[in-house]
Amino acid sequence: MTAHEQQFLDNPLGTKTTLEDVIDAFDFLDDWEDRYAYIIDLGKQLPAFPDDERVEDNYVHGCQSQVWLIHHHDQDSDKLLLLIDSDAMIVRGLAAIILVALNAKTPRELLAVDIDELFEQLDLFRHISPTRGNGLRAMVGKIRDIAAAEVA
Amino acid sequence: MSDLSVANNTVTRAFDVAAIRRDFPILAQEINGKPLVYLDNGASAQKPLAVLDAMDRYYREMHSNVHRGAHTLGDRATSAFEGAREIVRHFLNAPSTQEIIWTRGTTEAINLVANGLAPRLKAGDEILVSHMEHHANIVPWQMLAERTGAKVVPVQVTPEGELDLDSFNSLLTERTRILAITHVSNVLGTVNPIRSLIEQAKKLGVITLIDGAQAVPHFKPDVQALDCDFYVFSAHKLFGPTGIGVLYGRAQLLEDMPPYQGGGEMIERVSFERTTWNVLPYKFEAGTPAIAEAVGLAAAINYLDGLDRRAMEVAENALLTRANQLVETVPGMEIIGTAKQKVPVMSFKIAGLHPSDIGTLLDQQGIAIRTGHHCAMPLMDFYGVPGTARASFAFYNTLEEVEKLFTGLQKIQRLFT
Repeated sequence: MTAHEQQFLDNPLGTKTTLEDVIDAFDFLDDWEDRYAYIIDLGKQLPAFPDDERVEDNYVHGCQSQVWLIHHHDQDSDKLLLLIDSDAMIVRGLAAIILVALNAKTPRELLAVDIDELFEQLDLFRHISPTRGNGLRAMVGKIRDIAAAEVA
Repeated sequence: MSDLSVANNTVTRAFDVAAIRRDFPILAQEINGKPLVYLDNGASAQKPLAVLDAMDRYYREMHSNVHRGAHTLGDRATSAFEGAREIVRHFLNAPSTQEIIWTRGTTEAINLVANGLAPRLKAGDEILVSHMEHHANIVPWQMLAERTGAKVVPVQVTPEGELDLDSFNSLLTERTRILAITHVSNVLGTVNPIRSLIEQAKKLGVITLIDGAQAVPHFKPDVQALDCDFYVFSAHKLFGPTGIGVLYGRAQLLEDMPPYQGGGEMIERVSFERTTWNVLPYKFEAGTPAIAEAVGLAAAINYLDGLDRRAMEVAENALLTRANQLVETVPGMEIIGTAKQKVPVMSFKIAGLHPSDIGTLLDQQGIAIRTGHHCAMPLMDFYGVPGTARASFAFYNTLEEVEKLFTGLQKIQRLFT
């Protein structure tokens, strides 16, 4: 068991806060200020990230802000639990959306999710496109690698 | 034939920003549903029609390889290409076109010089740079130091973002062989007193290189008045095309330097027994050069010569003054770099916000700025920030755009509170 199991279990993103909640909210919010205010609020749901996990292995490169990512594979439920941290608010919010889509799923379920399609649907694709150097692409890639390794 | 060479348009127009903006077609568009406000000129400036047309016309009417003789198109291309070199020589007030070397940009120009000076350096020698240099004026010297056993020594910067002259005076010693320093800081906008720095360096026989990348978009350097040994800049920041830059070098130093790259054009004669080098400037121009880009750069310089440079400077200063007045309208906003002599570049931070948040949310409002470390990590460390947000203005920006930037920042501030 990981030393930080409680933080993983406390993560509301993808459990209490569901993908439907986020999609509904985006449908309702039409101007950019409201949408980004909502994204910033979602970022506030990221649980506290354990300080002792801020090590090179958990660092996501390719980002202007500092991004950290750790995981815990719960053997009983086969669910992959994820925690992400960033010092930039918008990146935190976008990471929260990624977690809503990918957190607390089995590795196989996770690999079946098309994140690009979700970001297209939310009109946020430019944030995750390969041309935008904000590290989100690297974040998603790292999560998928983790899931693929657990499946193998 | 003369109608096909790059004409030097010296008719000066009155400074009318609305008319000038019509010369830059890219500015007339919407981004995210808002009129584009382009304030990332320090990263790369936009191109006037004169540049686009010159390059288009070059490819339609003149293109061929240069210096190959034999046919008319070759003559046209060579004449346009060498005409561009003369326009650059005039722009820098360099004594001779043999001292104007085409490079891919500022970065390659500095690498070329660092490589060429290697034979002059030995262990214990020092290369003086400053804490406000772009990585392009640090890393090539570190690589040179690695090869030769020399040492790269940085001059300190004051909290206001000026060069610390006491630090400069104490670090410029008989061990110093090279002074490589920026004319204008890309992060802070500081204009360094390079004329007096060069003068002091000369007294000790120090070779001087000036990084002019951020200076030339705002004013004309005069390499003879400055008395520097090398002056380098990139076309794309000077409203010209990407992929080409300029190295001015004192002929005598260039003669002494070994070639940078080997290949076609840079040779006089090749044999398996002995290959000899071409004369300046061709010795440093291996391979087919960026011909259309040289023509484009010349067109950019001619375009600027057609404007009232004095009025442009006044207009640019007015943009910076207005920006400085508006800082207090954004709670928690702080300017990084408050030197007395500045070009219109404003680096800033806002308490509680990451620079990338600022950049993303300004983009939503059609406003383009740069965020991050600006390839100046030592300077970021000095200020203890992960990066800054930077608005860098050009003469085609308007006071209204400055105001939009601040309205945008106020909105962002409200989103986070």
